[in-house]
This record gives sequence, C-alpha cells and structure tokens, in this order.
Amino acid sequence: MSGMVEKKGWRRVALHAGIITGIAIVCFPIYVAFVASTVTQGDLVRPPMPLLPGPHLIENYTRAIFQGYGTPVWRMLWNSLVMALGITVGKIAISIVSAYAIVYFRFPFRMFFFWMIFLTLMLPVEVRIVPTYAVAADLSLLNSYTGLILPLIASATATFLFRQLFLTIPDELVEAARIDGAGPIRFFRDILLPMSRTNIAALFVILFIYGWNQYLWPLLITTDADMNTIVMGIKHMLPTGDQTVEWPVIMATALLAMLPPVAVVLFMQRLFVKGLVESEK
Amino acid sequence: MAEIALRDIRKSYGPTEVIHGVSADIADGELIVIVGPSGCGKSTLLRMVAGLETVTAGSIAIGGRVVNDLEPRERDIAMVFQNYALYPHMSVFDNMAYGLKIAGISKSDIAAKVNDAARMLELEPYLARKPRQLSGGQRQRVAMGRAIVRSPSAFLFDEPLSNLDAKLRVQMRLEIKALQRKLGVTSLYVTHDQVEAMTLADRMIVMNEGVAEQIGTPLEVYNNPATTFVAGFIGSPPMNFLDAERLRSVLARQGPNRLDRAVTIGIRPEHVERTTVGNGLLDATVAFIEALGAETLLHLKTDAGETVVVRSANPEETVRPGERIGLKAVPDHLFAYDADGRRVASED
Repeated sequence: MSGMVEKKGWRRVALHAGIITGIAIVCFPIYVAFVASTVTQGDLVRPPMPLLPGPHLIENYTRAIFQGYGTPVWRMLWNSLVMALGITVGKIAISIVSAYAIVYFRFPFRMFFFWMIFLTLMLPVEVRIVPTYAVAADLSLLNSYTGLILPLIASATATFLFRQLFLTIPDELVEAARIDGAGPIRFFRDILLPMSRTNIAALFVILFIYGWNQYLWPLLITTDADMNTIVMGIKHMLPTGDQTVEWPVIMATALLAMLPPVAVVLFMQRLFVKGLVESEK
Repeated sequence: MAEIALRDIRKSYGPTEVIHGVSADIADGELIVIVGPSGCGKSTLLRMVAGLETVTAGSIAIGGRVVNDLEPRERDIAMVFQNYALYPHMSVFDNMAYGLKIAGISKSDIAAKVNDAARMLELEPYLARKPRQLSGGQRQRVAMGRAIVRSPSAFLFDEPLSNLDAKLRVQMRLEIKALQRKLGVTSLYVTHDQVEAMTLADRMIVMNEGVAEQIGTPLEVYNNPATTFVAGFIGSPPMNFLDAERLRSVLARQGPNRLDRAVTIGIRPEHVERTTVGNGLLDATVAFIEALGAETLLHLKTDAGETVVVRSANPEETVRPGERIGLKAVPDHLFAYDADGRRVASED
C-alpha cells in the first residue's frame, strides 16, 4: 500500500500539481465572489474585473446583514437555519422511530407500511408539490415555520438507512437487554440510540444541507418577505429587466449563505470520524 | 436459589413441533447440562426457560412459581450468550451494572456489587474499558459478571465457550464450574460438546430431535446409555455398533444369553480386547492406527464392513495395518439395543 503512495520525486510533484489545479478550479469562483464582496459597485463594473480584495468588506457585509434587499440577510439566515434544523431533526427523529417500529415490533401490515414508506422514495417533493401545497394552505400553514418544515420531514431514505443499521445489531444483544429488564423505550434510548451515533452524525450533515438548499418549497409556501429563506432570497436579489443592483451586496449574501453548511460539515466531520473510530460491533 | 421444574414442555413453530414433551427436575444449586447435536432443540429449550421463546404446551416453574407467561426480567434469571452479547458502547462496568440500574438499585450498591463480581472474575483492571478492547476470554468473563451481579435464582448458559479457542475453553470450563460451586446457583448449561457436558454436569440431559433421550449423572449416562443415540453421542471415540444377528451364534456359545431381542450390540472402544483370530466375537482387519501417546486407537474393519475402534492402553502397539486380529468383549459391557435403538432390559 505504502509502495503505491511513495512515488519518486517528480511524480509526487505532478500529482500535487494536479490536485492543486483541481482545487484552484473549484475555488476560483468562490474567490471571485469574495473579491466582489469587498469592493464597490463602481470598481466591479469597470473592466478589468478586480482580482484582489478591496477595502469595503465591512461596509458591504453590514449592508447585506442588516439591510439587504427588502429583507435583511440575518432574518433570512435565521429562517433558513430554523427550517434546515427543523427538517434535519424532524427527519432523523421520525425515521429512527419508524425504523425501530418496523424492525423490532410485530404489528399488522408491518411490511405493507414499510413498502408504503419505501414507495415515497419515488415521490419527491417536486412531484407531489401541488397537493402538498393545497393541504398546507388548508391547514393555514402558509408563511409559517411549520409549513416550511413539516411537509419535508418524512424520509424514506433515512428510515431505510436506520432499518439496515438495526438489522445488523445481533439478536442476542436485544435478548440480553430483555433479560437485563430493559423495556422497549429503555432499549431504544440506552442501546439503539448510542449505537446509531455515527449514522445520526452522517445523516445530520446530509440532511442539514438538503434542508438548507430547499428552494422550490419555500418559494411556494412563503409570500411574506419576513419568512423568506436565504436561498430564495438570493434569487430575489438578482436583477430583473433594467433594474440596477448592488453586486457586492449580493456576493456578500451568497458567501454568508454558504457559511452555515460549511460550519456543519466541519463540525460534524469531527464527530463523524470520532464515531467511526470509536464504535464498532 | 431455586429449583427448576420442566413439565412436558412442547414447542411448535406453526404446524411443526420441534420439542416433543421434555420433563426434568433440577434441584437447587444443581448444574444441569443440556447436550445434543445442533438442531436438537437444546437452545430452544433454554430460551423457553429464559422467556425468550413462548412455551407451546407444558409448564416451567422456577422456585415453585410457574413462569410461562412472565417476561424474562420477571423470572429472576440471568443468561450468558455464545457471542457474549455485551453492549459495545458501554464500559465493562456499565455492562455489568446495566441490569441493576434498570432494577433501580442505588449507585453505591451497584458499585459494590460490580466491584465484588469484578474481583471474583479478575476483571478489576478492565472496568473502564470497552468490550472491544478485551480478549474473547475476558469478554466471556464480563458476560458472566453481568449474570453474577444480579444474584439471580438461576444461571442459563447458551454455549458460552463455543467462540473461544480450545485451550481457553478448557480453562474457562474449570472457572465456570468453580464459580457455580462457589455461588451455588442453579444452572442450566447448553452445549454440543460432550466433553464439556461430561466435565461440568452434575446431571446431564441428552437431547436428540426434540426429545430428552436420557437424564442422569455423566457416569450413569456413560455407563448405561439408554439409547443408541446416547451411546454414540457420549464418549469419544463413540461406541462401536455391531449387527446382533451375526453375533448371535457366537454369543450363544458363550453361555446364557440375554441378548435375544437385540438388533444392535454396542461395545465401548475400551471394552474391546484383542485375541487370536477365530477365538473372539469376531475377526477384523486393522485399517489404521492412531497413536495418541498415552493410548493407541486401532481402527478396524470387520468382514461385514463395520468399523470398530479399539482403545488400547499400550502406547506401543505392535500390530500393523492390514493385519487380521480377533476381538472379544469385556464381559458385562455389551449393550443390547432393539430395533428402535432402545436399550433391551436385562432379564436376569
């Protein structure tokens, strides 16, 4: 294995050059956005486009966060955070509980329910968006956090993932817990939850980003500008027709929108790796 | 401390009955080994006592209380599993303490009990470790510790040594025996290993295809196997079985005969002696020889094609493969079985 990695000098240089080029290609647009968020609109529209950060960073970001366009960015970040966390926590909670029911309890139509959940994999939000909207409207969930979160909470993927995990937990462990006197709730809390830590961490990352990036559903369900999420907020900022816009402020908003998912990945990655190293059966 | 009474226990999965009415009385403090080949129902029987399987018919009483409809935790038993079944995310201490914690025992009492058990099992240095940081033998000790701390009425062991290597198995076998003696807790121990059964058991239940073929002390079972199955299962190498018909004339010559109804004659390898050709029960050809040091096993083929194993105390056997020798039986060590494999009662 190490023989494969330890290459001669020039090969290593070439490999590194390749990696650096790749990273540069991926990072360049983000860098340009960052530069654009630190200059004035005048600097930006005058060719050549600036490639070095300017002195207006604080000014642009302050404007974006507290003023924005219509809705201040802090408000939209907050909305997005509530929605993303709501979706993530809700999805994990619901799917781990339904997987628990499907794997460990015998009830009528158990497999029927399992396949019903599984079938919803074929019906993503976009497909069922009109009826879902009608239901949400009837329940007067428009312009509310509940309306943003609830319809996106059911998750066949996460249920399936937890089901597979539970199926790998040996029966003897379940029986040992029964003999130790653990009832269903204790078993779930003391044994199953800690053993699912790694999966929960991984799902948290994936689902948070999924929730954060929701666009279509928030666009439909929120009409009040105060309920806008950041992802749809950026879209609203884009110029329509001959309107002039402040590109530095838009770029600042875009970069701010990237921060929470990045933070979640960085933070959870540590837990995630720790979980992988620590727990095995 | 309690006696266990099994009354005509039956178990069916759908229309298939897998346990056909097992009855046994286990005295307080006794170690009973249930032994049999895989699929004989021994684990199912144990799991019914534990409350992990429902009882289709019959009754199980622990300490005089019928427990058929009680949850495992209400039966006051502890179980040791083959794969240890330790909680992987808990430390050794927490693994042993979990049952007590659920029972609502105070923290200081739990710590005292766990520390006592850990001392007894020499687990003290490992209390803070996770199960995966322990060797197989240590894990099995933790599993036993988990059983001990609860001071139950009965221990149930489900093939606890099967995952250990041969040397450790012998050592742990002795430890379990010593521990059970010391604690004096009624124990049911399931194994497929007849050596384990012979060495551990106060009494053993030999099971085959859902039936208890014989219940008795190891030596009773060894010296008086009730069926050909028991005779063939207990003892290594197993008992030799010969067709009674061909031996009848020879046996008749030897005097009064109680083997008339016998279909099969069984002889233990140590009860076969060598003699000159034509002078014994039958003649056979040496097929191969296993010298085990303290003793030598001779594998022979009779003219009818039956295999006979002879255990010879002489470590330096002079016979060679291909040689023909005569075989005779040590008197009174011939076992007669009828067509159903049941022992033919002697009619003296």
